[in-house]
Amino acid sequence: MGKTLFDKIWDSHIVVSKPGHPDAVYINTHFIHEVTSPQAFDGLRKRGIPVFRPAKTRATADHNVPTLHQDQPIKEALSRHQVEMLTKNTAEFGVELYGLGHRFQGIVHVIGPELGITLPGMTIVCGDSHTSTHGAFGAVAFGIGTSEVEQVLATQCILQYKPKRMKIEVNGQLGKGVLSKDIILYIISKISASGATGYFVEYAGEAIRSLSMEARMTICNMSIEMGARGGLIAPDETTFDYIKGREFAPKGADWDKSLEYWKTLYSDSDAEFDKVLTFDAADIEPQITYGTNPGMGMGVTRHIPALDQLDEKERPSFKKSLEYMDLQPGAELLGKKIDYVFIGSCTNSRIEDLRLVADFVKGKHKADDVVVWIVPGSKQVEAQAMEEGIDKIFAEAGFQLREPGCSACLAMNEDKVPAGMYCISTSNRNFEGRQGPNARTFLASPLTAAAAAITGKVTDVRELLVNS
Amino acid sequence: MSKIFQHLVSSAVPVPIENIDTDQIIPARFLKATTREGFGENLFRDWRYNPDNTPKADFVMNNPVYSGQILVGGKNFGCGSSREHAAWAIADAGFKVVVSSFFADIFKNNALNTFILPVQVSEGFLDRIFKAIEADPKAQLEVDLENQFIKIVSTGEKEDFDINQYKKTCLLNGYDDIDYLLSLRKEIEQYETTRTYNF
Repeated sequence: MGKTLFDKIWDSHIVVSKPGHPDAVYINTHFIHEVTSPQAFDGLRKRGIPVFRPAKTRATADHNVPTLHQDQPIKEALSRHQVEMLTKNTAEFGVELYGLGHRFQGIVHVIGPELGITLPGMTIVCGDSHTSTHGAFGAVAFGIGTSEVEQVLATQCILQYKPKRMKIEVNGQLGKGVLSKDIILYIISKISASGATGYFVEYAGEAIRSLSMEARMTICNMSIEMGARGGLIAPDETTFDYIKGREFAPKGADWDKSLEYWKTLYSDSDAEFDKVLTFDAADIEPQITYGTNPGMGMGVTRHIPALDQLDEKERPSFKKSLEYMDLQPGAELLGKKIDYVFIGSCTNSRIEDLRLVADFVKGKHKADDVVVWIVPGSKQVEAQAMEEGIDKIFAEAGFQLREPGCSACLAMNEDKVPAGMYCISTSNRNFEGRQGPNARTFLASPLTAAAAAITGKVTDVRELLVNS
Repeated sequence: MSKIFQHLVSSAVPVPIENIDTDQIIPARFLKATTREGFGENLFRDWRYNPDNTPKADFVMNNPVYSGQILVGGKNFGCGSSREHAAWAIADAGFKVVVSSFFADIFKNNALNTFILPVQVSEGFLDRIFKAIEADPKAQLEVDLENQFIKIVSTGEKEDFDINQYKKTCLLNGYDDIDYLLSLRKEIEQYETTRTYNF
């Protein structure tokens, strides 16, 4: 019997597999950032051991950095200390750091791919659940906790039980105004925030194949939001074209040899999955979430479920969620006034996202009472946006283009949505308080967010596309 | 915190909400510490305190009737962010066991690595635990790792739970994963020599 892509990669990275024990899996690339690594370095110090393979770990500062005035010292003392600890730890243990001010600095899941560090066939981990993003390249990539960060620093391996395999096929073609963000929000709304727990997902089908690398990253990024350990897409010409020539990508003979291997990375036709789900791209309209987990989403023209459409057991959590959002069961969201727009995060802060938004808003201006934050995923994205004049389009539209970081996706820094306000956000989580205490989040695609920025309310972007 | 877990009889703190994500367990703005200690005071921060830092009277942790070393949560406990700080906050607040009918993967690993025992029970048994605590906030639960069962002491209702044997051994003896991985150094170096690709 054939093997799935996931099995091919996982099995070739097993160092030791003992009955009754989790597999010791070798890790090719380990990314770290300032928030989930300091306690791991402390652990190494306590044990008196070095980083085993320092060249296989790369560090950046992203979660807790300001997105204005990055050339100046960080004002907030605890944040400054945390970022300084990363600088100190990486220097002491010999790990390369792309810190504030470095031309490669940015959100860890944006810089790995854009620097050609992320490659097909790799095992990749990071102390961040959105590490699944790198799966877009046909890599086995997943988020880990700090104790596991310490394991990888100490041994370049991690102990894991092998997850089950799920295939999600999206067939057909996407409609106008529907982006890869809508595909993944749609899937999560269908299978729930825990629908893929215990599984590693492979995305396949025509609608996935036709996506750019950056759009594929958006899909894989949100695998964790349905509970999956990770998600991946078999590499193809789109993948190889994207990687070729990037800073750390293989070159010359190394490239040829790598390419030969990468072309073996697909699920065999007779490979078996533990679960297969199939969706039709034509059924997907622009999506929006209404609740406080990413599974609580719907087409933007739809109504929030009424209580009698729900299982009795689900009702208390559903009611709590809608109370937090100050929304009514059965209501529609179209026309709902919004206060903030956040376009950024490891889900949607890449150059294609910014181009798409710029194309849409060119010659338009934001609604009066709306604050619009655009936070590029990296210094490289920021530089590219300026080179293309995208910064000017945003300035004319009244959008604030800030500096790279995780920003209002998790509101660890000062980029917080004020209490009670509604933010339409291209990020990945709408949990209570995620964008600031008592802030209310609607997750959506960059186009749907941009449309809301212009109209000041939840809008079906397709109507504006027809008129333009 | 103790690295060993074997057996516990305790009352429990019930949070009967589904999909409790790690942002609720410990909001991101409290992740700025660079040590593992002290997160307990911000456990369930925004459910526990008002914006002016006064306690919210209706939250279970602010009701002195409820106490104990067992936290009981609804389905899909610990979803969302991979922050191990969530497990540290639970441990720092004095809990040794978390009971739910379903755990998110990363949280489960983080809990075990923090020497907190995640006990997954059936939805029916979870309901019975919530009902037992509703009837008597001091209702005792017994958790036995060696024999892998959880029991509602007053009624004698009991359910077995699963845990992988490796992790069970770690918890019973206070071993951690790094001790084991470090013992594999020769095998790891041997594996590296077999890799054909430059990554």
